[in-house]
Amino acid sequence: MERTFIAKNPSVLWFLLGLSVFTVLVTIFSEAAGSSIVSTSFLKTLGKTLCLCLVAIAMDVVWGYCGILSLGHFAFFGIGGYAIGMWLMYDRTKDIVIGSLENNILPPTPDEVTNAIGTQIFGVVGSSEFPLIWAFSHSLTLQLFAVILVPGVLALVFGWLAFRSRVTGVYLSILTQAMTLALSLYLFQNDTGLRGNNGLSGLQNIPGLEAVSQATLSLWFFWASAFALGAGYVFFAWMLAGKFGSVIRAIRDNETRVRFLGYHVESYKLFIFTTTAMIAGIAGALYYPQAGIINPAEIAPIASIYLAVWVAIGGRGRLYGAVIGAVFVSLMSSWFTGGSAPDINLGLYLFKWTDWWLVLLGLTFVGVTLFFPKGIGGLFDLISNYREKQQ
Amino acid sequence: MNTLLEVSGVSVHFDGFKAINNLSIQIGEVELRAIIGPNGAGKTTFMDIVTGNTKPDEGYVIWGKKSSSLLDMNESQIAQAGIGRKFQKPTVFDEQTVRENITMALKNPRSPFDLLFNRAAPDTEDRVRAVSDDIGLTDALDQLSGALSHGQKHWLEIGMLLAQDPRLLLVDEPAAGMSATEREQTTDILVRAAKTRAVVVVEHDMEFVRRLNCKVTVLHQGSVLAEGSLDHVTKNQDVIDVYLGR
Repeated sequence: MERTFIAKNPSVLWFLLGLSVFTVLVTIFSEAAGSSIVSTSFLKTLGKTLCLCLVAIAMDVVWGYCGILSLGHFAFFGIGGYAIGMWLMYDRTKDIVIGSLENNILPPTPDEVTNAIGTQIFGVVGSSEFPLIWAFSHSLTLQLFAVILVPGVLALVFGWLAFRSRVTGVYLSILTQAMTLALSLYLFQNDTGLRGNNGLSGLQNIPGLEAVSQATLSLWFFWASAFALGAGYVFFAWMLAGKFGSVIRAIRDNETRVRFLGYHVESYKLFIFTTTAMIAGIAGALYYPQAGIINPAEIAPIASIYLAVWVAIGGRGRLYGAVIGAVFVSLMSSWFTGGSAPDINLGLYLFKWTDWWLVLLGLTFVGVTLFFPKGIGGLFDLISNYREKQQ
Repeated sequence: MNTLLEVSGVSVHFDGFKAINNLSIQIGEVELRAIIGPNGAGKTTFMDIVTGNTKPDEGYVIWGKKSSSLLDMNESQIAQAGIGRKFQKPTVFDEQTVRENITMALKNPRSPFDLLFNRAAPDTEDRVRAVSDDIGLTDALDQLSGALSHGQKHWLEIGMLLAQDPRLLLVDEPAAGMSATEREQTTDILVRAAKTRAVVVVEHDMEFVRRLNCKVTVLHQGSVLAEGSLDHVTKNQDVIDVYLGR
């Protein structure tokens, strides 16, 4: 059966093919390859979009396949970003501090170094002490574990509490939303030890790779994002093929009946919720070094709602639908809000896309939900139906 | 004949109304039994008690060789002990194929990790076939079950129950809303199923019960009015008075 999961879901091969072609094309036209068609900043946008696609397919699995409308998966994404950001910031600051202390007559003591790093990082929030939360920030390996484990453990505990009490539907959505809001407010506080509303910055500078130009570095991150998206797609496709996927979709359609078949529904939901949270963490860890900065506003509930909007517009319950939604909406969003879209002069009123984009997005969301519940991905069904009729 | 299920002296009150009144029924290990009775006779409440939906005020419900009390178990424990129940309205997973529906129901380990890492035991296909042959849906295995007819959905649900391999199958009005031919096939499925396990059918329809050709228990006002072959109970004067005569 494992042999045939790709046969069952031919979209996997098409997706991997498309992703590879796209990656090669972008690479050829990137600044690192000597071309000027894809600028480094646009390359970063593309790499970030791939990360958003990865978190979108995680959202699709939890919502489109398992029926849990989580409004908290962007929080897991943000946690992943914070986890990697802590190491990036610590290690880079350490290099700078050591460099500047080199000129001293006496070699600096380890305490002096630590204090200097602390002052550099936490000066903005009026502190120089390392909070406990930074205990592992010196180690890339440990922070990489944190990228996966912190979202995983948070999702496990939260999910266990929520699913065990059989909280479902809109109540669960509200609960996940509350979790996200609480986390974001918590991170806004200076006392939390993650630099409050300043967040973590300078993440685009990778310690030890100062000699590498941003153009090349961005290309590497783009590759890493493409690989992660491809691997994530295959992983979820494998997971959802076969009986496990059957049970997951059955839980979405009629939870009680599944329980009646003797399945422990809560374990399945918890498994899905936790796995997708960990994948979201990985996506975040790849996104924020390309974005360069992370602050608590990124984790605000609205981000998780956007995630649901992408998946709904792209098409729930199919992995490529989530990818389409994330690409389409996030690129449109940066086009309209970035000021690239031409304003329309209506004579009496100057129609600015920057002001009206959110309204347009909202209307699209309502329209898709009401009239095209299958989203953009549903168009593929039309094509395959048409082909069947032809035969 | 060994007794599989023994209900003895059970009573249930709903707000002063006695839904079940000192009811005693025994079901053998391999048996087909029809339970009939007018509305409000307590047929559905009887099933609720056996499956753990309703707790009786008095009496015992004893299960299996070990004589364990079903009253101490919850719904999923009772289901795992081997009691399957089919409700009146067929509930199958419309968005999935008949094969997927049956595969899910097959008696196999049921934890997420079992499903992920021990994919498809080699005999799965055979077992799915055995069930689908039984319910006459082998040709429809790759169809979405949402596309099945009303009667076929009923069969699929019975098939899913059979796939769980229960020792006792409780079936609530299987013939409701079926055409004549569909009824005949349903009878066949139930009679075959009862060759290796106990099957209890609650039914209104006398013709359907006649075709089942089995022992009949007549309920009235929450207790047993008569028991025996259909001909025997239909000749019983009490039964004629309260049920058939009207």
